[in-house]
Amino acid sequence: MDDTIAAISTALGVGAISIIRVSGKDAIATVNQLFSGKNLEKVPSHTIHYGYIKDQDEVIDEVLVTVMKSPKTFTTEDVVEINCHGGITTTNKILELLLSKNIRLAEPGEFTKRAFLNGRIDLMSAESIMDLIQVKTDKARKMAVQGIQGKQSKMIQNVRQKILELLANIEVNIDYPEYEDIEVMTNEKLLPELEEVQNELTEIISQSQNGQILKEGIKTIIIGKPNVGKSSILNRLLDEEKAIVTDIEGTTRDTVEGSIQLNGILLNMIDTAGIRKTDDVVEQLGVNKSLSLIDQADLIVVVLANNEPLSQEDLEILEKTKDKNTIVVINKNDLPSKLDKTILKDRVVIETNTVTLNGIDSLQKKILELFHLNQLEQQDYTYLSNARQIALAKEAKNSLNDARCGLLEQVPIDMVEIDIKKSWDKLGEIIGETYTEELIDQLFKQFCLGK
Amino acid sequence: MKYEVIVVGGGHAGCEAALATARLGHSTLLVTSNIQNVADMPCNPSIGGPAKGIIVREIDALGGEMANNIDHSSLQMKMLNTKKGPAVQALRAQGDKITYPQQMLKTLSQQQNLELKEAMVKTLVVENYKINGVVLEDGTEIQGKSVILTTGTYLNAMILVGDQKKSSGPHEEKPSKYLSNHLSQLGFKIIRLKTGTPPRIAKDSIDFSKTQLEPGDDRAYAFSFDNEPQYVPKDQLPCYLVYSNEQTHKIIKEHLQESSMYGGYVEGIGPRYCPSIEDKVVRFQDKERHQLFLEPESIYYDDIYLQGFSTSMPHYVQEQMVHSLKGLEHAVIKKYAYAIEYDAIDPLQLKPTLETKLIENLYTAGQINGTSGYEEAACQGLMAGINASLKLRKKEPFILKRNEAYIGVLIDDLITKGVKDPYRLLTSRAEYRLLLRHDNADLRLREYGYQIGLIDENRYQKLKAKKEAIENLLEKLKHIKITPTQEVNDYLNSISTAIIKDGTTLYQLLKRPEITFDQLQHFHLFEEEQEVKEQVEINIKYEGYIKKAQKEAEKMLQLENKKIPEYIDYDKIPNLASEARQKLQQVKPMSIGQATRISGVNPADISVLMVYLKRMESNE
Repeated sequence: MDDTIAAISTALGVGAISIIRVSGKDAIATVNQLFSGKNLEKVPSHTIHYGYIKDQDEVIDEVLVTVMKSPKTFTTEDVVEINCHGGITTTNKILELLLSKNIRLAEPGEFTKRAFLNGRIDLMSAESIMDLIQVKTDKARKMAVQGIQGKQSKMIQNVRQKILELLANIEVNIDYPEYEDIEVMTNEKLLPELEEVQNELTEIISQSQNGQILKEGIKTIIIGKPNVGKSSILNRLLDEEKAIVTDIEGTTRDTVEGSIQLNGILLNMIDTAGIRKTDDVVEQLGVNKSLSLIDQADLIVVVLANNEPLSQEDLEILEKTKDKNTIVVINKNDLPSKLDKTILKDRVVIETNTVTLNGIDSLQKKILELFHLNQLEQQDYTYLSNARQIALAKEAKNSLNDARCGLLEQVPIDMVEIDIKKSWDKLGEIIGETYTEELIDQLFKQFCLGK
Repeated sequence: MKYEVIVVGGGHAGCEAALATARLGHSTLLVTSNIQNVADMPCNPSIGGPAKGIIVREIDALGGEMANNIDHSSLQMKMLNTKKGPAVQALRAQGDKITYPQQMLKTLSQQQNLELKEAMVKTLVVENYKINGVVLEDGTEIQGKSVILTTGTYLNAMILVGDQKKSSGPHEEKPSKYLSNHLSQLGFKIIRLKTGTPPRIAKDSIDFSKTQLEPGDDRAYAFSFDNEPQYVPKDQLPCYLVYSNEQTHKIIKEHLQESSMYGGYVEGIGPRYCPSIEDKVVRFQDKERHQLFLEPESIYYDDIYLQGFSTSMPHYVQEQMVHSLKGLEHAVIKKYAYAIEYDAIDPLQLKPTLETKLIENLYTAGQINGTSGYEEAACQGLMAGINASLKLRKKEPFILKRNEAYIGVLIDDLITKGVKDPYRLLTSRAEYRLLLRHDNADLRLREYGYQIGLIDENRYQKLKAKKEAIENLLEKLKHIKITPTQEVNDYLNSISTAIIKDGTTLYQLLKRPEITFDQLQHFHLFEEEQEVKEQVEINIKYEGYIKKAQKEAEKMLQLENKKIPEYIDYDKIPNLASEARQKLQQVKPMSIGQATRISGVNPADISVLMVYLKRMESNE
């Protein structure tokens, strides 16, 4: 990290301006070599200057240059930002000039990485910034911004604080066994408190999973036996001809992916090869894959044909999807019905017709309902927003559960405490904090002790 | 005069250090200002308690003296935390303040290779950053290859009572007036600490009928793994419990400005865990009363120690405060409470062996390192003695890890985090305390004691036999199977546990939290020693938890094994936060693991450091 890096920080393309960011100890001196205007090495920090970028004597562009000196910058290093006129050629030319001067092209996310490694932001903020860079929808963007502002960290810190207070109370009982000033943490007192914290974590996790849906999209599979109209429905949603729609059975052999935005929610659509028993080896692969994808999907759209009775395959699909988020689409409702609908009475069902596909709009509504995404609109966007964080939160929750089970089995408190502490540690990992003197400090802040 | 090791100070650290080096064959001199005062207990009359009691056992396992000494001088013993699980149980003894030091003095006097000298050390003889001996206040120079400083609270000691401040050690003993300034001139950073002690009351002036009796346990114990209990439970002296009250608090509040602490006469920083009674009243306004224990000091005199009533109020206020207590209305104060200020060295200047980084072969142990407590002092003395000896013998240093012993936790905390107030060991400081139990201290550490040379062959064979017996009993339980007969299930019913449906081993049965080892005797007569059964029971019953703790410890060890080369220059590492850079430079951690524990070094700094080390490796 002792070298200086540069990259174009705005999206490449034709815009009014582009910004090139340079960070590192040679940032100011190097840009100054190319800059015609004030001596940038002598200007105060956090100031902006007008001038030209020149290659030898040739003027490349008229620019505004912002000079920010270490440590109060994004990366905590010296940072220079060159605001130049948009357009790929000019911007690239300036970048090339910089790269010819002992400056290295930044790797993706490297500015953020430096900000993290230099202690400017915590792990969660770093992740949020990376999220922000990669956001696909507006809701995900709001969530990422909240993350940068540390709201996610605060939420975890709140839960951690509660656990810490419990731990401190247990510890103080152990270290000062004869002091009656201190409330003794009996199982009866501890159990409900643990349960409360555990519930809080459960809530955070389930909201976060929705949050993850916001960011990463709902993995959606359309499944059904051959030739019921799966590809047509997909195409209607995708509005493009990605899957081949045809009447010949078994033409869609591979899963086809595409994304659509539905009321700010991203649906990652996976079309599947028609599910049917077949001797065709290639086709067989597709069918197997489809069945295995059911477990990976967040949402399954089962397509049935109104004009055919339920086959063995249909029943198998319905059986396999009965505990999942499933929407059953009965297609071809313009044709005479041969379908026995009694078996579908507990399922979310919509009907549509072959030609116009009217009714597919209600599919969108049903999806929002199924994932409680309408509510999400009004809520605070403070969720854990990536798989690492959610996995750690789950571990923390499981440890609390272990602790409660231990207490119920009358395991002594010094054992049970191992699980409580583990939970605290895991939450600490989420925000990049680990065990320190905190516990001891807490202990002394809270209690009156003496010899 | 010439010795291999000179120990300066005869408190709990000094005694252990001197005994260790002498026992390991080094000619040792123990210099102390008053020989009659060795192993004195100037404050509370007890040894052990949570964490501390475990340390006493660890000292014993390594071949130190404290456990044996208290076994022969206790007035009362109690096992604490019996309901909170095996990991945090600890023994505490009330010690006789006359017998304990006498006993220790006898042991010191009889020790081969050890001489005692009554004198004060004025300066150290240092050549080329290497210790060469000491100079006494009368000008005598004594040569020594290693010097261990265990000066306790004596360096520039000041006794404070109200607005009175005088230069004195505990109980009017002579303070050391020169050594601290000399250390400072040698380049040591000196810190100022404070502690205090409560008043002592004449026993016959107390109306015990108005207090609550606190007897010892009705079974007898021993700290040392080599001792049988040395007393009969019914002969124990009791303690008593009284409470402060509204009147007491009123007096304290009215006279608060007259106390040394609140009057602004104290420079040193006092311990958080051991606040004076005025501190407690001020900080915890909502508490209507505070517990106070009346503890006997000795069978040879009748002073009663008023635990919990440490204060720096002037004498006349102390009289009023004491007389406000129930049962103490007519109490006679034999010794007034006082606060004491003293110099210590910042322990960040120490290596994990307790050798100073600044001067080779100079070690420090005990309160001079910023700790408090007899047990904390004793274990440091032992470790300094062991390491001084190992170095003289050109052997590898002996460093205990945090998952091996409380002693390891204590020393790592000292040299990594430093101290702000006097450091007391607490069970909460140990991350892997399930592994660091008082019952397995011998299994954890005796092997080390043997290798070092402080545990003799006889005791070592005893340990090996115990280990074997544990293994055998574990195996045995796995093989003894009971079947679901009417008789068996009737018995299980009678001890309120679920009946069995299939053949079950006793091992599986013992896993049930409600089953004790004794109840297994119904199925099979086990003739193993009680302590063997205890180990087996803990190991089986808590196997899952112990494994979790071991897993956590292994994670820690991975970071511990990432060594940081001694020659690393933190100024050359870009992007370290300046606080982290300065702390790392100061502590010079031996491993990434140790670095993570330095306050002010945050996880981002650790990542920077690890990235740098990786690059360094790949460049080599």
